[in-house]
Amino acid sequence: MNRINQKLQADKKILSIYFSAGYPSLTDTVQIIQDLEKNGVDMIEIGLPFSDPLADGPTIQASSTAALHNGMTTQVLFDQLKDIRKSVSIPLIIMGYFNPMLQYGIENFCKKCAEIGIDGLIIPDLPVDVYADEYKATFEKYGLINVFLITPQTSDERIAFIDSVSNGFIYMVSSASVTGSQSGFGSTQEAYFKRIADMNLKNPQVIGFGINNKETFNQATQFAKGAIIGSAFIQHLTEVGTGKIAEFVKAIR
Amino acid sequence: MSYHVNEKGYYGEFGGAYIPEMLYPNIEELRQQYLKITAEPSFQEEFDALLKDYVGRPTPLYFAERLSKEYNTKIYLKREDLCHTGAHKVNNTIGQILLAKRLGKTRIIAETGAGQHGVATATVCALMGLQCIVYMGEIDIKRQAPNVARMKMLGAEVRPALSGSRTLKDATNEAIRDWINNPIDTYYIIGSVVGPHPYPDMVARFQSVISKEIKEQLLEKEGKENPDHVIACVGGGSNAAGAYYHFLDDEDVNIIAVEAAGLGVDSGESAATSVLGKVGVIHGSKTLLMQSKDGQITEPYSISAGLDYPGVGPMHAHLFASGRAQFISITDEQAMQWGLKLSKMEGIIPAIESAHAFAVLDEMKFKPEDIVVINLSGRGDKDLNTYIDYFKL
Repeated sequence: MNRINQKLQADKKILSIYFSAGYPSLTDTVQIIQDLEKNGVDMIEIGLPFSDPLADGPTIQASSTAALHNGMTTQVLFDQLKDIRKSVSIPLIIMGYFNPMLQYGIENFCKKCAEIGIDGLIIPDLPVDVYADEYKATFEKYGLINVFLITPQTSDERIAFIDSVSNGFIYMVSSASVTGSQSGFGSTQEAYFKRIADMNLKNPQVIGFGINNKETFNQATQFAKGAIIGSAFIQHLTEVGTGKIAEFVKAIR
Repeated sequence: MSYHVNEKGYYGEFGGAYIPEMLYPNIEELRQQYLKITAEPSFQEEFDALLKDYVGRPTPLYFAERLSKEYNTKIYLKREDLCHTGAHKVNNTIGQILLAKRLGKTRIIAETGAGQHGVATATVCALMGLQCIVYMGEIDIKRQAPNVARMKMLGAEVRPALSGSRTLKDATNEAIRDWINNPIDTYYIIGSVVGPHPYPDMVARFQSVISKEIKEQLLEKEGKENPDHVIACVGGGSNAAGAYYHFLDDEDVNIIAVEAAGLGVDSGESAATSVLGKVGVIHGSKTLLMQSKDGQITEPYSISAGLDYPGVGPMHAHLFASGRAQFISITDEQAMQWGLKLSKMEGIIPAIESAHAFAVLDEMKFKPEDIVVINLSGRGDKDLNTYIDYFKL
């Protein structure tokens, strides 16, 4: 069974952390993954940096740009992760934009992910319809879970379609925003979280965008299986470096 | 073969809507509504009336006698430079603002490179009394101060794009992010035939008035609707899409697309996407795109800010790949010399973008009886500083 599905079956709330591969330094990628696992994080999203990250706010844009300047590329990331399964066992997801994957070749990209032991992908600018028509078979051939986003504006009908195409979890974007632009959830968000929870979808939901501390993590996981922290973790790396990951994770739960 | 968009939003293998889910409701609403709304008689009437009385259409199709004599062929100039605000851009912003109003949107956003589309958007927002926010790369804001001032006079807020290379592609990213953050009340007026479906088709339709008029005017002047050649410059490609639109299926019309070679196609400082680009995804569309082998989008270069885009619209990518259009790259130097030449020979100072199209006359041989239409997409007022610096005027 895919590590993502396995983890989602466990009787606990999932804490997932996103960071940009190759940031702060090019060679930090593996150490950050190992430290996150050691400190009890449940799932990791490894950001494959892109020059034009449309769905990201300033924090992740800046870390992507820095990672590219550091020399991160698709191939460098795969090389860095070559032996990652010798040291970590938690679910690993690559999150990146479609164009770099298209240039690597979708089949090649999936094959490489499978060889390394990547469990899933999040590709914000690959629409679910195109995925279902053109790429689903390839992803499934390599045992990869593809994760789709929903937002407060996504219709029930479309959520049902996304649920039917998904085989891991649904990434619930907390509000209409790019990454890193929220502080705290109000009643509108809670109503949306509840509405989705009440839909009894086949796939569990994990909430992201705007989770930045213990309070927002707890609020989100009241309604969903887990929550994803990205910008706040990158900000932590920017401010105090890679040495205090334990403190960051402990502050969340 | 069809050169128009298919029902899934593709031109051949190019196009589509590669957008984050956050934009799906807006794009889907537009996809379902744009043909219906623009076909309504009340929309058509309002659009046509504004093009006539506000923009100043039809623009003349001018027989350039001195140029025709020198090149021993029949050269006509489609005078989009005479449109209100100085370029063809306003044809599209009029169309989109009418659409935005019918969709009940109250806040308008746009991206701009040189500032022409920003000015055209600010203009129609002033006309309709709607809030207008224009994203512009920090570097372009410095390079294009007069257009920034125009937008401000027209009541728009100009927001600097501070990310990436701080030019047009980044301004487009920022506009898209704004739309993600404001999905309910906001409408995004894209300035070219780029972006996710239905934008490329919608913008091409609004600009297609250019070739519609060319047909009518040629019939009157030459007794036939079709020219032998139609020439236009291509950055994203909106003026070209408009100039080609009604000739796409008439294969006897030779379509010539002129890209900016910058300092030379092989110089590393170029915007000749058809030569330097590969298939990729930019701003929601699968198209030809200048990028690293790793798939990072690279920064193009041209002396003309309007041609300085790393992709081309998917319609143009298809015209290139299918061989329907002939693509030619013209350097900064050739274009600048044509800016001067057209000024002296015909008394018309062209935008540097449009000047690129004229340089085809030196690259290709036309027959004496050929009818050659060049789309003169904009006037050169905005480029005066560049002309002054270049020629030490």
